[in-house]
Amino acid sequence: MSAECYLEVKDLKKYFPVNRDFFGQGRSWLKAVDGVTFSLTRGETMGLVGESGCGKSTLGRLIINLLPPTGGEVFLEKRNIYKLPKSEKKELRRKMQIIFQDPYGSLNPRMNIGDIITEPLYVHNLARENSVQDRLRQLLDYVGLSPHHANRYPHEFSGGQRQRIGIARALAVEPELIICDEPVSALDVSIQSQVLNLLKNLQQELNLTYLFIAHGLNVVKHVSTRVGVMYLGKIVEITGSDELYRNPLHPYTRALLSAIPIPNPKLKRERILLEGDVQSPIDPPPGCRFYTRCSAATALCSRKEPELHEYSKDHYVACHQVRGDAH
Amino acid sequence: MPRETEPNNPQLGADTEDWEIKQVDPKREIWRRLKKDKMAVAGGCILIVVILLSLLAPFLTGHDPNAVVTANRLLPPGTPDHILGTDHLGRDILTRLLYGGRVSVAVGFAAVTIAMFFGVLIGLLAGYYKGFFDVLSMRFIDILMAFPYVLLAIAIIAALGPGLLNAMIAIAIVGIPYYARIVRGTVLSLREQEYIEAQRALGSSDLRILFKHILPNALSPIIVAATLDVGWMIIAASGMSFLGLGAQPPMAEWGVMLSDGKDFLRVAPYISLLPGVAIFLVVLSFNLLGDGLRDALDPRLKQ
Repeated sequence: MSAECYLEVKDLKKYFPVNRDFFGQGRSWLKAVDGVTFSLTRGETMGLVGESGCGKSTLGRLIINLLPPTGGEVFLEKRNIYKLPKSEKKELRRKMQIIFQDPYGSLNPRMNIGDIITEPLYVHNLARENSVQDRLRQLLDYVGLSPHHANRYPHEFSGGQRQRIGIARALAVEPELIICDEPVSALDVSIQSQVLNLLKNLQQELNLTYLFIAHGLNVVKHVSTRVGVMYLGKIVEITGSDELYRNPLHPYTRALLSAIPIPNPKLKRERILLEGDVQSPIDPPPGCRFYTRCSAATALCSRKEPELHEYSKDHYVACHQVRGDAH
Repeated sequence: MPRETEPNNPQLGADTEDWEIKQVDPKREIWRRLKKDKMAVAGGCILIVVILLSLLAPFLTGHDPNAVVTANRLLPPGTPDHILGTDHLGRDILTRLLYGGRVSVAVGFAAVTIAMFFGVLIGLLAGYYKGFFDVLSMRFIDILMAFPYVLLAIAIIAALGPGLLNAMIAIAIVGIPYYARIVRGTVLSLREQEYIEAQRALGSSDLRILFKHILPNALSPIIVAATLDVGWMIIAASGMSFLGLGAQPPMAEWGVMLSDGKDFLRVAPYISLLPGVAIFLVVLSFNLLGDGLRDALDPRLKQ
């Protein structure tokens, strides 16, 4: 892939054992993330969409090293993050941070806002007593909170404000990559836009790279330069944001796009409704994972798993039916 | 789409005031709920009185708790200078009750502290690290719990030798599983919280996560358990003394006094009755306070 890539994920896998036997060995495996490959350049935002349980949050946690992978590699600036010595691992923690979905569960209810935001400084020995207060003020300012909020506790804030606090905490260590794990799905629509715009502004100001996880395409459209669509642990389509909305290739992407609500009750449009349930991710059969729900499925789809291939420039898709004019 | 018609600059600090939620300080709220619980207040008051009385014992009574005056044997309650009477050796019962309160309350608190320390430590480590240590320590705890507690305490005292200190250690060991279980369960749910995950993403050490983030949030069930447990420990310690395994005569201790009076139940029942009432009162008030504290800390638990 391109030379200037910042984060590179290669064939990343995470299997969870289910039905452990007496010795703790898994009898079968839940393939949460099954061979995901993509890359990110510095300063861009990649959206990652897919329905619940498709493995997108697991993927985020693998990249940020909260979960050990079953297989595959992640390179940050050409260095394999799973093979770093311990001393450099801590340095790595500074470069990558995560923002969580639930603004109520992501702040320690027993600590005040100032302590929550400045704790990362102490963890990484970045704190010099006189500078901590300045840094705190700066961080609060970044996220649109005022200094007098610092002495209050999480329960005194609304969901949107808590999310801002979570963002300030993530920014404290001056990270380069932030994994946003559905940062707005727990918020009101009116607050969603405020937080999304905040994230956008911060990206420009601090030259951040985002991996933006969401379960609907509408939120992702607003912030992403590129979008990856996940289905059952695999990326089925990945391309530039505009291209994806103009020219969706994979049947699943089309279904997702048609599910975006349009706030106009008079507007009629064609909905693609998916039949049936998501296949179980536990020991999936060979063939395309989307086979059971796909309208265009053929016999080939049930036998052979489609590989991610370049359909047109920088537009990758994993489907047998759209192989047509590949070059 | 509605979010594209969003109003003003979201970065403004000023408009954040509008969506602030009016909230009360949780500590004050707990205190308010506790004060509303009449039984808990009564329990707390009795406890304060008992603790004050036993601390001030030397100033409240002119007698020596161990002074044997055979001329004054078995005086009934109401006798001038011996308001609650004397026992079979002529010792003033009120004085012995006051001094005995010191021993019982101190042993109760000390035993709870020891049990809590080890129980909390085991629970924290087992719940946080899971895996082998969890299995090992929890099976050990199961074994401790499978024994009838008196039998276990007697076995430990048999190994250590009788005496107040050893009895205290024995009942503390018996009390460890209680805390380990409570804490482990709480930690198991806390460790999955996103603010703990955020700490791991930051690279915080396990020590920091355990003691700065998990323990403070696991504190309220521990406090409730400990309050209820002090009463239990006092009963257990008195029980051991009654059986002759704990405090040894002539020490003024409620269990010892109960035991002393058992041979005179027919002629002077008050010798045993009075320390019995004292134990009952103190344990009851610890339980009332503990129940009240539990309801105040978590109103959902109220039946």
